[in-house]
Amino acid sequence: MNLNGSQIFWKILKEEGVDTVFGYPGGAVIDLYDELARTKGIEHILVRHEQGAVHAADGYARVSGKTGVCLVTSGPGATNTVTGIASAYCDSVPLVVFTGQVPTTLIGNDAFQEVDIVGITRPCTKHNYLVGDINDFARILKEAFYLASSGRPGPVLVDIPKNVMQATVNFKTPPKKTTMRSYNPTYEPNVKQLKKVVKALVEAKRPLIFAGGGVVLSKGSDELTRLARRLSIPVTTSLMGLGSFPGTDPLSLGMLGMHGTYRANMSTAACDVMLGVGVRFDDRVTGKTDTFASQAKIIHIDIDPTSIRKNVPVWLPVVGDCAITLKKLNELLDAEDLSGVAERRRAWLDQVEEWRKANRLAYDQKDVIKPQYVVQRLYELTKGEAIITTEVGQNQMWAAQYYLFDRPNRFVTSGGLGCMGFGLPAAIGAQMAAPGELVVDIAGDSSIQMNSQELATAVQYNLPVKVVILNNGYLGMVRQWQELFYDRRYSETRMSHAPDFVKLAEAYGAMGLRADKPEQVDETLEKAMAHNGPVIMDFRVEAEESVYPMVPAGAPITEMLLV
Amino acid sequence: MQDEQRHILGLLVENQPGVLSRVAGLFSGRGFNIESLCVAETNEPGVSRITLVTKANEAILEQIKKQVNKLVNVIKVIDLSNVPAVKREMVLIKVKAKPEHRAEILRIVDIFRCKVVDVSSEHYTVEVTGDQDKIAALLDLFRPMGIWEIARTGINALSREKK
Ligand SMILES: Cc1cc2nc3c(=O)[nH]c(=O)nc-3n(C[C@H](O)[C@H](O)[C@H](O)COP(=O)(O)OP(=O)(O)OC[C@H]3O[C@@H](n4cnc5c(N)ncnc54)[C@H](O)[C@@H]3O)c2cc1C
Ligand SMILES: Cc1ncc(C[n+]2csc(CCOP(=O)(O)OP(=O)(O)O)c2C)c(N)n1
Repeated sequence: MNLNGSQIFWKILKEEGVDTVFGYPGGAVIDLYDELARTKGIEHILVRHEQGAVHAADGYARVSGKTGVCLVTSGPGATNTVTGIASAYCDSVPLVVFTGQVPTTLIGNDAFQEVDIVGITRPCTKHNYLVGDINDFARILKEAFYLASSGRPGPVLVDIPKNVMQATVNFKTPPKKTTMRSYNPTYEPNVKQLKKVVKALVEAKRPLIFAGGGVVLSKGSDELTRLARRLSIPVTTSLMGLGSFPGTDPLSLGMLGMHGTYRANMSTAACDVMLGVGVRFDDRVTGKTDTFASQAKIIHIDIDPTSIRKNVPVWLPVVGDCAITLKKLNELLDAEDLSGVAERRRAWLDQVEEWRKANRLAYDQKDVIKPQYVVQRLYELTKGEAIITTEVGQNQMWAAQYYLFDRPNRFVTSGGLGCMGFGLPAAIGAQMAAPGELVVDIAGDSSIQMNSQELATAVQYNLPVKVVILNNGYLGMVRQWQELFYDRRYSETRMSHAPDFVKLAEAYGAMGLRADKPEQVDETLEKAMAHNGPVIMDFRVEAEESVYPMVPAGAPITEMLLV
Repeated sequence: MQDEQRHILGLLVENQPGVLSRVAGLFSGRGFNIESLCVAETNEPGVSRITLVTKANEAILEQIKKQVNKLVNVIKVIDLSNVPAVKREMVLIKVKAKPEHRAEILRIVDIFRCKVVDVSSEHYTVEVTGDQDKIAALLDLFRPMGIWEIARTGINALSREKK
């Protein structure tokens, strides 16, 4: 069968199960777009900026559990994707990003809209390709999807020269299953190690589970929940792990780290065995590494050997997939007598309960709206059932602290890169993945301005995302650091000229709402949720509110600044 | 850094465009050190060997090996510091050859079992292959006569085991 490159492209994408593509056309990809117009079964979302396309694909991937796909043109189209790719790379999100490229005959000539996007993205992709020959095209497309979603997931970029899209070959269907001799992720853990893990967990007096993004990515939440409950082990999660263990479970301690809960950070310092699952012991989590969980033997389950012993010493490393490993641990536990375990944990759980009762997340709602109150009311009014995306800064931390997630794949945030402008496009992608659900972007007044153009996308495709702006008139998180560590010198952190967000929403054809007083919070949220279309809510909140607890960067995580 | 030691790593890699920059970029991006790097094809089609010398403490070395292994185009990483291995380097040395030094240079070349591969009225170019000690000793002997230029390949190494 003779096919040209563009036909091969859409054929393989459909075989890979792709039905949604976020993109933006241009000269170098016009052939792919031309073929798209003749292809059935693919929905293309025309974003307003290529960064938005990548964040949208990111949100789509995290909520659907599938690989997100982007298509953009060469040169500026390609460079506009870099921030989005870097964010997905830091958070291990499976994406395949396709960029157009000038014809192979022009590469290296400083041709019009030529950039070496493979060179630019080498350090922020899991792998990337320049397709040099139409005969390699189908194989590379298959490998890209395989790499993106297997092992530790991540973004893969494929740069496609225009003449490859146009060339014709006698197409032979590539093998269904892709294998690569130099790439073989380890899914199955070493059983000998697991027996030691079981022994340590059963015998521990003060055990703690620290669960992260890897549990969500591997769909290991159910096994984790079973393990923690049957062994009565409290669970703290990283920002990326929120929802991997039910947030309302009595054993849940919430997030640990720089803005972690008091009880989670205190438990970390006191535990004698820590089971880290699908976490990478980021510096926002550990604070000063010498004092992190310093009384504990650390067991670390991760599919990526580089995550293990990168930041903290590990007593027992287990390389393997979280879901598979947790399942095997549960199987091994079936043979154990667990009757005395709950009793043995009593003193420890009582201690944890003491820390919980200190209720360090309490705040005082007086005349001015507290940002925490908005998030808490959102949580209560939505009964914890919304999919939440966030921008970056204080808004993100309050979302993590006051919205509890009982299920995974419901909290979508740029954790590792922490990139402002993420939340709105990610909400669009999340809404594409979960059409019937309520999707809310918890935003700051500064972050939202970085990709507010995507409101047009939401309106165009009838995606009823809701944006909750916690409008404090500042680059709030940076202002907080200036307040606490730079003698309140608010250098360039006043956001004095934001648009009128209500009018902005209306200009795009969305609904705009504003709340200035605490008593307007509920009605604003309710009105927004009742509206079947995108809404921006401008909550005028306490300007100089700070996120607590806070551990100063590099300090032990028990040295928390509290309200 | 304390406890830093030199380590020789042998990498078998897919001979794909960009593979060298993936390896080099990994080292520069993560602040790992490269002392020398030596790359060429192997007897197996499509596979190249990179021999790389780095300085690192044990913890960093563990990360280096894991990170390099993680690169999709890297097939295998062998730590040649811990196994019996032959380690050789080839150096071209352009040494100034005044009439009164010519005989001496040839005598040294003979003793070190190296070769003169180019001659002019003013210099010899000497090719030497050997381990680091031999090369250092030779360079010490030539230095007083005047070394104009040298070109080193960096260390190339193979384990003594079958594979
Ligand atoms: C303003 C700001 C403040 C922040 N404050 C905090 C804070 O207080 N606390 C906090 O926790 N974070 C905080 N973060 C986020 C932080 O930067 C990191 O993104 C986060 O801690 C990383 O989470 P993680 O360890 O779960 O790793 P992830 O980045 O989610 O990585 C996943 C890990 O799981 C592994 N993995 C992937 N797939 C599998 C699989 N199938 N099986 C097994 N393992 C797998 C990966 O190899 C990796 O090691 C903050 C971010 C920002 C922007
Ligand atoms: C693209 C980008 N630029 C700069 C920063 C640094 N930064 C982190 S938080 C923050 C302030 C965010 O302000 P806002 O969106 O209003 O949120 P708030 O903290 O007030 O909730 C800034 C500038 C960043 N994370 N991302």
